[in-house]
Amino acid sequence: MSNDLSAVLPELIVSVGACLLLLVDLALPRSARAWLAYLSLLLIGAAGAATLAQATGHAEAFGGLFILDPFASYFKLLLYLATALTILLSIRYLEIERIHLGEYYAFLLLATCGLMVMVSSGDLIPIFLGLELASVSLYILAGLNRHERRPIEAAAKYFVLGSLSAAIFLFGMSLLFGATGTTLLDTAAAVLAHGHGGPVLWLAMIFLLAGFGFKVAIVPFHMWTPDVYEGAPTSVTAYMSVAMKTATFAVFLRVFLEVFGPIKPHWTAWLIVLSLLTMLVGNLAAIAQQNIKRMLAYSSIAHAGYAMIGLIVGGGLGTMSLMLYMAIYTVMNLGAFGVVILMRRTGAQGEQISDLSGLAKEQPAVALAMLIFMFSLAGLPPTAGFVAKFYLFMAAVNAGLAWLAVVGVLLSAVSAYYYLRVVMVMYMKEPSGPIELAWSPSAVAAIALILAVTLAIGLYPSPLVSYTQDATLHLSVHP
Amino acid sequence: MGEWLTLVIFLPALGAIGLWAVRGPEAAKRLALAVTVADLLCSLPLWRAFDRTTATMQFVLKAAWIPGFDIFYRVGVDGISLPLILLTTLLMPVCVLCSWRAIDRRVKEFLASLLLMETAMLGVFAALDFVLFYVFWEAMLIPMYLIIGVWGGPNRLYAAIKFFLYTLAGSLLLLVALIALYFEGGRTFDIMKLMEASYDASFQRWIFWAFFLAFAIKVPMFPFHTWLPDAHVEAPTAGSVVLASVLLKMGAYGFLRFCLPMTPYASQAATPFIVAFSVVAILYGAYMALAQDDLKKLIAYSSVSHMGFVTLGIFVFNVQGVEGALLQMINHGVTTGALFLCVGLLYERTHSRHIGDYGGVARPMPLFAACLVIFALSSLGLPGTNSFVGEFLVLVGAFLTEPAVAALAALGIILAAVYLLWMVQRVVWGQAQPTLERLPDLSWREAVTLVPLVALVFWIGLYPGPLLAVMHHSVEHVVAQVGRNSLPGGAHQLVQWIAGGGAGP
Repeated sequence: MSNDLSAVLPELIVSVGACLLLLVDLALPRSARAWLAYLSLLLIGAAGAATLAQATGHAEAFGGLFILDPFASYFKLLLYLATALTILLSIRYLEIERIHLGEYYAFLLLATCGLMVMVSSGDLIPIFLGLELASVSLYILAGLNRHERRPIEAAAKYFVLGSLSAAIFLFGMSLLFGATGTTLLDTAAAVLAHGHGGPVLWLAMIFLLAGFGFKVAIVPFHMWTPDVYEGAPTSVTAYMSVAMKTATFAVFLRVFLEVFGPIKPHWTAWLIVLSLLTMLVGNLAAIAQQNIKRMLAYSSIAHAGYAMIGLIVGGGLGTMSLMLYMAIYTVMNLGAFGVVILMRRTGAQGEQISDLSGLAKEQPAVALAMLIFMFSLAGLPPTAGFVAKFYLFMAAVNAGLAWLAVVGVLLSAVSAYYYLRVVMVMYMKEPSGPIELAWSPSAVAAIALILAVTLAIGLYPSPLVSYTQDATLHLSVHP
Repeated sequence: MGEWLTLVIFLPALGAIGLWAVRGPEAAKRLALAVTVADLLCSLPLWRAFDRTTATMQFVLKAAWIPGFDIFYRVGVDGISLPLILLTTLLMPVCVLCSWRAIDRRVKEFLASLLLMETAMLGVFAALDFVLFYVFWEAMLIPMYLIIGVWGGPNRLYAAIKFFLYTLAGSLLLLVALIALYFEGGRTFDIMKLMEASYDASFQRWIFWAFFLAFAIKVPMFPFHTWLPDAHVEAPTAGSVVLASVLLKMGAYGFLRFCLPMTPYASQAATPFIVAFSVVAILYGAYMALAQDDLKKLIAYSSVSHMGFVTLGIFVFNVQGVEGALLQMINHGVTTGALFLCVGLLYERTHSRHIGDYGGVARPMPLFAACLVIFALSSLGLPGTNSFVGEFLVLVGAFLTEPAVAALAALGIILAAVYLLWMVQRVVWGQAQPTLERLPDLSWREAVTLVPLVALVFWIGLYPGPLLAVMHHSVEHVVAQVGRNSLPGGAHQLVQWIAGGGAGP
């Protein structure tokens, strides 16, 4: 039992810490709310230290419900990074948005805890528990600004569609249980390897796919994304766009490559179609957007399409490329949202792409950072985004899917168009007036860190590459 | 010496970082000039130490980068890349000098872009690892996009995005091709090893066309050339010079370095197609140049025409043709770069590139007129100037394989004489426009930018021996790799004949 508890130590720290935050919030005066942020950072740091201590270990806890392996630890570290950066970006933003609720940080930590449980699950039940904990927290966070219409609408939409997808997902789980007689992933995989299944299994797979697809926003389950991303507070959007996607992809991969791995040849064609559709719709729709949050929403859809290539390929290289992709995507996407957050100041939304006009003249350092994030999202060297795409395409070519890589690269040339539009507006348009940014030391530190990481991974990806390579070694992922 | 080569590559990037530390545009200009001149001086020892008797890579340096996937920092030069590296280091101080007055806003950012460009361009020519090559190749797009888009002319946004998307679309296929080569060529990104491996014919065809698209857009070859006039017209002078002198060479360099050695069968199979398009480019570019009344557009179309000679020379697969093509790459870099400089000088004075606005410039600006005439004559291939040697070798090479092609291509030289002399006549000679009477002649700074290029025009034109000697073994090696033999003794005799100033064999 004590072994079990030490395995879930990071989850314990985060969940107990979240409850603690709620209590501290009661005692703190309103003016000292920033301390909640620092306390949350401390908790994330503690969880990070706990995860690092067990990062190389392999263990199972609670009878296989909970898996501790380098794969899960890697994604947990990504989640900490995303959460910590989101907190740093939130402090000043919340003041401007007049979201004075101490619960913000508690819900952020609870969402993180849910996602952590998800990536460590060895069983369908904890996957669902984690997914729901994270989702419910995010429904609330999206609508936290209850004085305005847009966030309320976003939260309602997210909640209704999210609940529907959760129901579908749950139904898929029950069908899988019916087909295999177990909810444990490895047992189910063993049963399927012996050729049991049939139409029920197919239905289970389709329903699970729909559930995952909704959370990572792949076409045709993406409809909610632009509206929710636009309406939710930007810091929540930033968090949602990276953390939810990253963790869900980890589970998506575990379920599809481990459980459905034995019948992989039967489903790859379907996923390829979805991946193509996702890249196509995401990239094409992003071109037409005027609102930068909507543009980043469609761009995140397109990125989900790319990431699916890693899942389709599977095996060591596919898994590794997906892991790399999610890490790099997390960093660069947070960077782009970070700049959008800086643009939000009292009395100005700063969400239209045209609001960035002449930023390079007014705020050269921020413009340069945004330029690098945009080129990174477009996948150009020497930024991290190139490394991410490079390994994905490498995995695709290795699996004999060179044509998929070709379609992917051509669509990433399309994507360069809308990322470049941001650069163009910043560098080649005149400012309509002085641009004041919502400076705060924490946000500057976050963006500077993201910038450094984006360039460091782009110039010297070796450590991250070998880490992800090692983390895939023990996984039973089917190529 | 490998470390030395690395220093040459990265010195400009360090300079770009250093620019953030200086205050004020004047100090930034001086620093950028110092860095580019220092880089030029650093690159000269490479020329001296280069062993001219071998085709192997020299000054090689290998350092771990992503060793798990056999991606290394590998650099080195041979007779093909060394002249291009020197051309780059030579032209960059010129670019800084010609921007001295022309760029008056956001000077620091401009110079930083220029210096980062230099590192990327040198990296492309020196890279011996495919991923490293690709990183430099693509990284170049970002500063160039900014140079055109921020400091360009009125229609700069359109030109910049067109340039960027065109080249990006081509390059991305290159990325897939190089990944495919990795798996096919024994899981390595080492360019030298990939050259030695042999690939089956259908795979070669696939790779060749992916390469082709990337390189043909960069050259640019005839149907893919439409971005070039726009980019040239809108880019500031330094941007045009870099674009014409170095960037266009990368496409041709790619053909020489990758297509010929790695996909010899597919290259040979594609020859009729490429030769045909080269000839079309020569004639069509010249024909279009005839019709332009914008000076920059005229030179841009003349570039299309001249680069047609380069691709033609490469795809005749004999030593004469390839050597001529390589020499023509250098020549085009010198001459066309210089022509763009001249147009820039005029534009700074009158703010017009319209040929009709000029006339009789020779009277107020005799020195300038002399330079412009020299470069125009060089561009049309007058014997005694550099382009003559290059174009002549290309035509000889073409004649050896396909006399009809050579005859058609030679028409391009005649057309070049027509459009260039006509341009010179309308700009330099004739009745002096009253508004132009008081134009100041070349300043010291401007003279310093043009004089070395004039010297090169005559040096290569009259005594190309040393330059050809550097190229010769590497070119022979490439030609041998593509699997066709040159005619016996042809190259050597020709080199000697030209080195002797054409005084009879």
